[in-house]
Amino acid sequence: MREPEHVDANVLAGPLSEILSVDLTTAERHCAVCGAEGVFAELHVVADGPGWVASCPRCRTLVLRLVRTADSLWLDLGGSGTVRIRTGP
Amino acid sequence: MVAWRPATLVAGRWESDSARTLVLDVPDWPGHRAGQHVDVRLTAEDGYTAERSYSIASAQDGDHIELTVQRVAEGEVSPYLVDVFAPGDRVEVRGPLGGWFVWDAKAPDPVVLVGGGSGIAPLTAMVRERRRVGSPALFRVLYSVRTPQDRLYRGDLGSPSDGGVDLFVAYTRRAPDGATRGPGRLGVAEVNTHGFPADVAPTCYVCGPTGFVETMADALVALGHDPRRVRTERFGSGGGT
Amino acid sequence: MNTVTRGFHGRRGGDPDRIPPGQYETSDFPVLSVGPTPRVDTDEWTLAIVNEAGQALTWSWDAFMALPQEHPHVDIHCVTRWSRLDTDWVGVSLDVLLEDVETTAEYALALSHGGYSTDVPLEDLTDGRAWIAHTFDGEPLAPEHGGPARLIVPHLYFWKSAKWVREIRLLHEDDPGFWEQAGYHSYGDPWREQRYQGD
Repeated sequence: MREPEHVDANVLAGPLSEILSVDLTTAERHCAVCGAEGVFAELHVVADGPGWVASCPRCRTLVLRLVRTADSLWLDLGGSGTVRIRTGP
Repeated sequence: MVAWRPATLVAGRWESDSARTLVLDVPDWPGHRAGQHVDVRLTAEDGYTAERSYSIASAQDGDHIELTVQRVAEGEVSPYLVDVFAPGDRVEVRGPLGGWFVWDAKAPDPVVLVGGGSGIAPLTAMVRERRRVGSPALFRVLYSVRTPQDRLYRGDLGSPSDGGVDLFVAYTRRAPDGATRGPGRLGVAEVNTHGFPADVAPTCYVCGPTGFVETMADALVALGHDPRRVRTERFGSGGGT
Repeated sequence: MNTVTRGFHGRRGGDPDRIPPGQYETSDFPVLSVGPTPRVDTDEWTLAIVNEAGQALTWSWDAFMALPQEHPHVDIHCVTRWSRLDTDWVGVSLDVLLEDVETTAEYALALSHGGYSTDVPLEDLTDGRAWIAHTFDGEPLAPEHGGPARLIVPHLYFWKSAKWVREIRLLHEDDPGFWEQAGYHSYGDPWREQRYQGD
């Protein structure tokens, strides 16, 4: 029996593109729990469960929950920090 | 929204006994940056669908993209794509995806690429893109692979014609006859010797199974590399099913 | 309509009396969880059942192991489409645990170490249909599969069978759990393919 293995949040680029017009995976992120600074793509994602669950690579706080159903995409962005999406140079 | 596009298999190419590169024609492909991936969707006749993510292994080439699929025993999708999917057959692809694990072909900085198993695919795309654009950036590639038979992109990755690209292959289970390095995992000392020192501030890309990526990213940071210059792509334990 | 991939069938099917629609049979036991595996020592383990008035009945590991044990032999069905037949568990029936609990609640929320939760109608935990299990296939339940003890409710999709369970909270109103808040079905009957809300 193996531990479920996390992947990087790069893998969320496709599913998130169904609802967002920007690539959230390149956004900068600040963790409200542990203060970690980083990039959204660096979140740890468990992808083989019923949905996708992303957590902070440092403190493991849940950051995002994403579920695709037949007619909807459910996105829970928690509230455990901010993301900054650069719109200009 | 990134649209799903029909993609037709143009050709298949065996890379090893268990890995096959699929050359797909994707009309109106918008182009991609080296390191990006696509989601692939397969639909059965009754409407059942399965989706998987694969890194693009090729440099930009018009409407063609290449994906290398490693057969996973008991898998749902990979045995189909490796053994059944034939020229003329179609899947759908969504992409290119992901703007983080990419190499900027205009960047002059040296680059360290560390790949484990089929994690070498997006790193190979970077080497090929470098070749295509004639980039002078210096690359050092460390490739961890089980046996010589499992090695992908033989004759292409590490080709002597790629001046400025050094390749070091670490065989983990069985080394080629006459090799001076016995089989074993890639170690910190080898990453130090065959990568670039931290003080030249290379950008590092690490891709492979989760455990491999954790170990290699930690090794690079322990050698003094700025964690913000170490970009990772983990693909779990098996590399998809 | 999607483009059809010739010759692709997916991995589905099996005995229609045993394998619910949309599932395939496996002999593996895939590990699914939402985060790192909690490590809970049996010296520190407790299980609480808390009724709607907030009154708790609590068992230590030794007290729990001293309760009457049952040996459920059941099929399990995961919403990620695998089903595994003829699994053997040892555990304590919820009927035993609920025996001295005063309640008129209709819902239960299982809460786990590590932050996971799932909601189930209370009646689905009764009548010999749910257990707190500590042994799988003759071995102590491994941490990655929910050890030292997990809920099993085999007639519902397996996400209802909370790993690392520490509390069953009884409620008058349904309180959606981890996946139920994010679009999964509140009941989750595999034979009616109740995967998502609205199914």
